[in-house]
Amino acid sequence: MKRILMTGNDGIGKGAVDAGCDCYFGYPITPQNELTAYMSLHMPMNDRVFIQAESEIAAVNMVYGASAAGKRTMTSSSSPGLSLKLEGISYMAGSELPAVIVNVQRGGPGLGNIAPSQADYFQAVKGGGHGDYNSIVLAPNSVQEMYDLTVLAFDLADKYRMPVMVLSDGRIGQMMEPMTVKENYKPTLIDKPWALNGCKGRKPNKVWSLKLGDGELEEHNIKLQAKYKEIKNQEVLFDEYMIDDCDTLLVAYGTSARIARGAIDIARKKGQKVGLLRPITLWPFPKDKIEELSTKVNKIITIEMSAGQMLEDVQLAVKGQCPVEFVGRMGGAIPTEQSIIEKI
Amino acid sequence: MTKTLYKRPEALTDARTHYCPGCGHGIAHKLIAEVIDELGIREKTVAIAPVGCAVLAYNYWNFDCSEAAHGRASAVATGIKRALPEKFVFAYQGDGDLAAIGTAETIHTANRGENICIIFVNNTVYGMTGGQMAPTTMIGQKTATSPKGRDYHTMGPPIKVCELLNTLEKPYYIERVSLDSPASIRKTKKAIKTAFEAQLAGKGYSFVEILSPCPTYQHTTPIGAMDFVKGPMQEVFPVKLFRKDGGKINE
Ligand SMILES: Cc1ncc(C[n+]2csc(CCOP(=O)(O)OP(=O)(O)O)c2C)c(N)n1
Ligand code: SF4
Repeated sequence: MKRILMTGNDGIGKGAVDAGCDCYFGYPITPQNELTAYMSLHMPMNDRVFIQAESEIAAVNMVYGASAAGKRTMTSSSSPGLSLKLEGISYMAGSELPAVIVNVQRGGPGLGNIAPSQADYFQAVKGGGHGDYNSIVLAPNSVQEMYDLTVLAFDLADKYRMPVMVLSDGRIGQMMEPMTVKENYKPTLIDKPWALNGCKGRKPNKVWSLKLGDGELEEHNIKLQAKYKEIKNQEVLFDEYMIDDCDTLLVAYGTSARIARGAIDIARKKGQKVGLLRPITLWPFPKDKIEELSTKVNKIITIEMSAGQMLEDVQLAVKGQCPVEFVGRMGGAIPTEQSIIEKI
Repeated sequence: MTKTLYKRPEALTDARTHYCPGCGHGIAHKLIAEVIDELGIREKTVAIAPVGCAVLAYNYWNFDCSEAAHGRASAVATGIKRALPEKFVFAYQGDGDLAAIGTAETIHTANRGENICIIFVNNTVYGMTGGQMAPTTMIGQKTATSPKGRDYHTMGPPIKVCELLNTLEKPYYIERVSLDSPASIRKTKKAIKTAFEAQLAGKGYSFVEILSPCPTYQHTTPIGAMDFVKGPMQEVFPVKLFRKDGGKINE
């Protein structure tokens, strides 16, 4: 264990290198540029592959290739770039290829701005690209988690053979914090008998998502949905803060969750019983936990840097058992502790 | 005593192809398979099939194959080759795939000089989607989306990909060949072999354009399509060696 000071974007890069990422493909976009720069230095330094691709589309399709070849691979971008990567993400979901995709979100829609945002939630957790698919979505709220969840993302991607997204924002990406890194960490790599590496001593392997046979595509989708169900049962992660006695529950992730914690500390000093549930996996969503809590609290407040996207998933989990309120800002604006306290 | 004069290459499966009678894809697949057998590289080959009529090529080749999204074969090939530099990697693409939606990937992969081979099948149309205009459709050529013929003023002239790539510094080998006769088919096989050997020797990017019959959407018979490839097509796309051993061939 070693303590170091890093930005969140570098934390992701260090996490990827430590997790044994063999190939990284990127394209510059603010506010994730530090990450591409980090990889351009550290991947070659560790005898790994780095390419600055001609576009996000090329980058994600290089990821497709490296993944099909059986390697650990990652790409990163920010919101407009993620829109372009959706083609490749859908293909990887269909072809069952593991990969790590990082989105350091900025304000939208369109070119928007370069301020931190959480407005790509729907795109990340509802599939995003074409077809019936999901990606596992991990939401770090500190530089430490940028590192830890990136390492976890590689393991989950390999385990389930699917894209895993690290959904962050420009604030966590660019802030600096001390964090603990793994020393001499050896990732546990699993066999990939399906990988394309030459058919020596075996039948040829094929990686593809086209299923033209009668009923073949539906069967494939049924298989994918069974995998998603298992993930929903096995992989939900969340963090709790002062929820044991709370009568008002805040639900927030990433940067919003940091602000929510600040608001709770102020409210608690005034004797208000407020707690926080912070989803770490946005997909699968901790809906059972939220449903359980909704029967114990007087109200829930969802806090987001968006028009209210996760809000819909919270409402679905609560099933009308308590009121659900919302505090949010859009277009790269960040909610204040004060605005949360007023709602409490 | 019987003597075997020809048998199916090991690198080809016995699946029946879905191609129309007289289609060039089947010939090109077979030539590739023969070269792979001759070079003894079947077990170290990873191919990338396009989105186009050859989308099912992975069913016809008896070695590891990947699909790629429409136009992205060069990027997928780059990812595989960089991940496994000791393997043999080639992508097979049609003209819509390579020269319309995949233009950026094509040019940048060539410009990086990736040590891969691209087999580019130019039949002047989008076959798979029903014979629409391709970037290589010729002036005056009628297609589903240029019903009055390709118009120079509003649609621009056909793109000549070999000529375009030949402006870049890094490609090692670029040649345009054709499938219009037994002799030209033999030359095509030689070009494929030259490209594959270049990669095996670590020389870098090779590009073979194959002018190919598509009777269905060149709107003619199989024989007529051979004539189309030999005549009008070669007036626009001259069969030619553009670059060899990393150096441009003198004009
Ligand atoms: C993103 C996307 N756009 C469009 C298509 C539809 N599409 C499939 S094949 C094709 C064109 C194929 O033409 P070409 O590359 O010339 O190959 P050919 O069929 O002639 O061999 C198109 C437009 C698609 N599959 N994906
Ligand atoms: S449409 Fe043209 S390219 Fe496609 S299979 Fe038929 S002949 Fe071949």
